[in-house]
Amino acid sequence: MAINEETVRQVAKLAKLEIEEESVHAFTKEMDSIIEMVEQLEGLDTEGIEGTYHGLQQHNVWREDKAEKGTDREELFKNVKTRKDGFIEVPEMFENGGSEA
Amino acid sequence: MDFMDYTLEELHEQLVKKEVTAVELVEAAYARIDATDEQVGAFLALNKEEALKAARETDEKGIDPHNVLSGIPVGIKDNILTKGVTTTASSKMLEDFVPVYDATATEKLREAGMISVGKLNMDEFAMGGSTENSAFKLTRNPWDLSKVPGGSSGGSAAAVAAGQVPVSLGSDTGGSVREPAAFTGLVGMKPTYGRVSRYGLIAFGSSLDQIGPFTRTVKDNALVLNAISGHDPKDSTSFEGETPDFTEQIDQGVKGLRIGVPKEYFNEDAKETGVIESVRAALKVYEEMGAEIVDVSLPHSRYGIPAYYIIASSEASSNLQRFDGIRYGYRAEDTHSLEDIYVKSRSEGFGLEVKRRIMLGTFSLSSGFYDAHFKKAAQARTLIRKDFDTVFADVDVLVSPTTTSTAFDIGGKIDDPLAMYMSDILTVPVNLAGVPSLSIPCGFSNDMPVGMQLIGNHFDEQMLYRVAYAFEQATDHHKQKPAFKGGE
Repeated sequence: MAINEETVRQVAKLAKLEIEEESVHAFTKEMDSIIEMVEQLEGLDTEGIEGTYHGLQQHNVWREDKAEKGTDREELFKNVKTRKDGFIEVPEMFENGGSEA
Repeated sequence: MDFMDYTLEELHEQLVKKEVTAVELVEAAYARIDATDEQVGAFLALNKEEALKAARETDEKGIDPHNVLSGIPVGIKDNILTKGVTTTASSKMLEDFVPVYDATATEKLREAGMISVGKLNMDEFAMGGSTENSAFKLTRNPWDLSKVPGGSSGGSAAAVAAGQVPVSLGSDTGGSVREPAAFTGLVGMKPTYGRVSRYGLIAFGSSLDQIGPFTRTVKDNALVLNAISGHDPKDSTSFEGETPDFTEQIDQGVKGLRIGVPKEYFNEDAKETGVIESVRAALKVYEEMGAEIVDVSLPHSRYGIPAYYIIASSEASSNLQRFDGIRYGYRAEDTHSLEDIYVKSRSEGFGLEVKRRIMLGTFSLSSGFYDAHFKKAAQARTLIRKDFDTVFADVDVLVSPTTTSTAFDIGGKIDDPLAMYMSDILTVPVNLAGVPSLSIPCGFSNDMPVGMQLIGNHFDEQMLYRVAYAFEQATDHHKQKPAFKGGE
C-alpha cells in the first residue's frame, strides 16, 4: 500500500475536503492505485536534472509601473452571495463568539 | 444552411455577396441546436437574444471583406469566460457564476466579428477524457450516440461534429482538444504554450493549459488560431514574440520534409489495430507526396502519464483553493465556522474526479512527498522536453495516432479512473514539453473516426498546418459526415 486511510484523512484535511467516513475505504483503495501508478517515476534516473516548472522559458516579465483602472468594484460584487455595508457578508465564522481568534 | 457543407472562406464569400446574412447563420445554428441537442447534449447555455442582436448589428454595418471570421457563429467551452453569460466549468461550484469580463480569447473572437451562440459542456474543471464528469449533463458522440465524444472539451467537439456551429473553442491541458477532435473526426489544435492568452480561462494546470480551436478543415483552424493568438499584458506567460499568419505556408506541400515517427507512440499490441493501420496508411500518403519518413525515439514517453498526473494535479490543487465559498461560487448552508464554510462548500461543490485530483495534488506537494513526487515529476518533464528538442533537430514534424482507440462506450471507463487517465497517453507529453500539436481525421476504425496527431517544434504551428493541409488535400476523410441528423 502506497497510502493508508489515515493519510487520506490527513490529506483531505489539508485540502479542505470532507471524505465521508463510509467511503474512506473505497477512496483510499482508488487513491492507492493512482499513487502506485505515478510512483513509476521512481524507476527514472533524474540525478542532476533540473526540474521544469513553467510552460515557457520566459523570465522577468516587466511592465511600466503605471496605475491603470481595474475592473469596476460594483461589477465584481455581482457574483457575491451576500453583502453588507460595501463588504462581502459571510455566515457566522467563529464558534464561540470569536474568542478563538 | 448546413455548416458541414462549407468552409469558413466559403461562408465568408456568401456573406460578402449577401447570399446569406449573419442573422441567417446564427438562426441556422439555433435551428440545428434545436433539432439535435436533445440527443447530443453539447450546449449548457444559449444566448440567443444577444447573438441575434450582434448578428443584426453585423449585417447593418456590413461584412468586412478582409475579415473572414466576421458574422460567423462560434461555440465556446464553458471554462472560458464570456461576459454576462453563465460560465460554470461544468461544476456545481460555479453553477450560477456570471463573469463580469471576457476571456482574452473571447474578446479577440468578438473583435474579429465572430458571434458566440452559447457555452459548451465539458468534464468538470476540464478533468477527464469523456465529458462524463460534467455536473450537469451527458454529451454524446454524433457519430454514434452510444459513445463518448471524448473530453474534456467534449461539448466543443460534438457541437461542430453535429453541424450546430462551424467553429468552437476548447482548452487542452493534457489532450482535451486533440482527443475529442480525434473521437469526432475534427481538426483540433493545442497551440504552443504561450501562443494564446490564458486570461479568463478557468485555471486547471497553469503551466500546461492552452486554448485551441475545433473546426472541420485545417485552413479553418489556422484562420481561427490567427484571431486568438498574441501577447496579452494580462497573461505574463503569453509569448512576447510575433504571431505569424498561420495560413501563410499552408499550401507549400510536404516534398522534402522529414516526418518523424516516434516508435513509442505505435503500440503494435493495441486492442484496436485499426487506429495504427490508419496512421500507417497516412504515412504512405506522405511518402508518396515526397516526404521522407524517419523512425525516431522519444525514450522518456512512458513517464509522461505519471509526470503529467502529478504536475497537473498539483497545479490544480493550488488553483482550486480559490473556491472557498466566500467571494463567489457555491456556498454550503448551515455552516458554523470558517473551516466549516470551506470544507462543506468544497465537499458539496466539487465532483468526485475533481476531489481525486485535488487529493493527489495535495499529497504530491505535501512535505513528506514533495521530492519523490512533485520535484521528480518536474525532472521527468525536463527529460521529456529534451526528447522533443533532440528529435526536432533532425525532423520537421512528428506523426502519431492521437489516441490508442477510437471513441469508447459511454460508461466504459467512468468507474476506472486509471483506465481513463491512460486515454491521454499519447497526448500528455506534448503539454509537458509545451510544443504545439494538431489532431486531424485520417480514417475510420470500427466505423468511428481515427485521429492523427501532428507534433511540431515550439512556435512552429505553421509547419503543422502545412503538413496537415497537404494530407487533407490528398484525401477526403474530412468530408465524411456522421449519419445522425437529429430528431429521430
